[in-house]
Amino acid sequence: MQAFTTLTGIAAPLPLANVDTDKIIPARFLKTIKRTGLGVHLFDTLRYDAEGKERPEFVLNQEPYRHAEILIAHENFGCGSSREHAPWALLDFGIRCVIAPDFADIFFNNSFKNGILPIRLPRPVCDLLIEDAKLGGNARVTIDLARQVVVRPNGEEIAFDVDPFRKHSLLEGLDDIGQTLMHAAAIDAYETTQPDWMPGIR
Amino acid sequence: MVETAPRTLFEKVWDSHVVERLPDGTCVLYIDRHLTHEVTSPQAFESLRMAGRKVRRPDATIAVVDHNIPTSDRSAGISEPESRLQVETLERNVVEFGVPYFPVNDPRQGIVHIIGPEQGISLPGMTIVCGDSHTSTHGAMGALAFGIGSSEVEHVLATQTLLQKPAKSMLVQVDGVLPAGCTAKDIVLAIIGKIGTAGGTGHVIEYAGEAIRALDMAGRMTVCNMTIEGGARAGMIAPDETTFAYVTGKPFAPKGAALEQAIAYWRTLPSDAGAAYDSVVTLNAADISPMVTWGTNPEAVVPITGTVPDPAAEPDEGKRAQLQRMVEYMALAPGQKLAGVPIDVVFIGSCTNGRIEDIRAAAAIAKGRKVASGVRALVVPGSGIVKQQAEAEGLDRILLDAGFEWREAGCSMCLGMNPDKLTPGQRCASTSNRNFEGRQGPGGRTHLVSPAMAAAAAVTGKLTDVREFA
Ligand code: SF4
Repeated sequence: MQAFTTLTGIAAPLPLANVDTDKIIPARFLKTIKRTGLGVHLFDTLRYDAEGKERPEFVLNQEPYRHAEILIAHENFGCGSSREHAPWALLDFGIRCVIAPDFADIFFNNSFKNGILPIRLPRPVCDLLIEDAKLGGNARVTIDLARQVVVRPNGEEIAFDVDPFRKHSLLEGLDDIGQTLMHAAAIDAYETTQPDWMPGIR
Repeated sequence: MVETAPRTLFEKVWDSHVVERLPDGTCVLYIDRHLTHEVTSPQAFESLRMAGRKVRRPDATIAVVDHNIPTSDRSAGISEPESRLQVETLERNVVEFGVPYFPVNDPRQGIVHIIGPEQGISLPGMTIVCGDSHTSTHGAMGALAFGIGSSEVEHVLATQTLLQKPAKSMLVQVDGVLPAGCTAKDIVLAIIGKIGTAGGTGHVIEYAGEAIRALDMAGRMTVCNMTIEGGARAGMIAPDETTFAYVTGKPFAPKGAALEQAIAYWRTLPSDAGAAYDSVVTLNAADISPMVTWGTNPEAVVPITGTVPDPAAEPDEGKRAQLQRMVEYMALAPGQKLAGVPIDVVFIGSCTNGRIEDIRAAAAIAKGRKVASGVRALVVPGSGIVKQQAEAEGLDRILLDAGFEWREAGCSMCLGMNPDKLTPGQRCASTSNRNFEGRQGPGGRTHLVSPAMAAAAAVTGKLTDVREFA
């Protein structure tokens, strides 16, 4: 996993609530057996019309937001499916950070595992950042994970919370499996205590 | 270890699976059962292979194909190349990693959340995961069951554990007796209408009360299945005599003395008197009507006697815009009555309502009637076993005579990943769980309903109050 330390980039405003995983990447694009290549279909129905032509009014079809690395949205971002294709599509497009008042649990989890930082900030703060983002190319936003601050284009810093374990993993780009396998002896020991009634599937 | 404080069902199952508690409260949680399917597993197996890792407990893992496969005649194989590739990839992976597998021509094949309980793979007191959000279904057994992403699928394959922090707990208490014509589907739609699509975020929901206790296992699975639509990753129902009777005799369930030992343990699982929850929601089942969604998330739901809300009445600007968008997408008018809205397609199936009980409910309405002209109505059993059972009971004949299509088991029109899709603008009365824009096919419009309501819509050609059929 790619480490996440600081990121300075273009933020795209997406002032929508309940952006579900089917909106992020419709199910018909989930037939891949790879993690990459989904970026062209990110927000497919919002981004393209029925003929597959770009909808000019959609933010990611506009300059400079085609190069956005940060997304700012409203409540309950990522609700719906558990499919990791949603963060993969975001990542493949180039998004490394999503800021919203709150997130659906599974999406929130999946983001960290793919090196995307989801940041929860109160709705008025998100609205402020959305206004900043609307200023376009000169309005760069910085995310400093080590210091846990979002730096607005005017230099003002906004603090955010992040789980210490996840922060550490992101900063170091650590893979969860490697960390868990350090507890292999405890897992072995646990397995010896499993009750007899729990049979294997054979 | 002596536990004195009263604990909830969730806490009991959680505590018995903690391998290690890390200083920040994260737990290494042991996973008893891992169900996998073709859509969310390929990347996980690929990473495992690249890291040179093995599947730690193939005997705690089961694989099945469901999302991609056609539900019409399968003798010619899968024609869609990408779907075929996902299925073939899974078939290679199960051989390479030694994972038990129900292939497409096995009668036990079906939707992953139907076959788990049906085969006795999902049992009370277990931790169960699957790379699919509707894993919450298995909570009906009295298990802690939740959906995970592909990275976590890989994590479970490699370690048989997950790194998790305990969730908050919510008690949803449904007292009273459900009126005639109402089902488990109506209960859970009413709950989501009340708490909202994010109401359960960060929580595990325990469903309790007279109306929940009165449900059969199929109904309990329907309720737990849609828990994720209320934002909670897991829903649980305490195991009781109904559960034990259901488990008894299932192929992979314990038998004889082992079953007795298990049941003795399962009896200790229900929440203790005085156990605390972070939040409590109560509903009276007597107030519930047959429900129908009008919008593009499951919270946009009203009784069939209700009307489409007026977005102009919503004070919050963002919510108003969202309601407006829903009304437009669904091609409905504010104030319009839901009953009488003409439909093009009826879909009866999915992990929410693809069990034998659901097909019986649909057949009871269909019997002696005909699907309205111009309406396409599909019935898709949740598993090969459900299909066999329905055919043994003659339900396929009743449905076919009425003009329904009778299909092979799979996810089918629940999501547009296989050939069963809505075309743009088509309106569908569906027993599935998600009415998101384009979920059943690009431009398709979904109204979520119970199986009986869906069958009623099929024969009248419009959204209909099933109580008129009593
Ligand atoms: S039936 Fe629908 S919700 Fe259930 S597993 Fe299949 S696609 Fe997912």
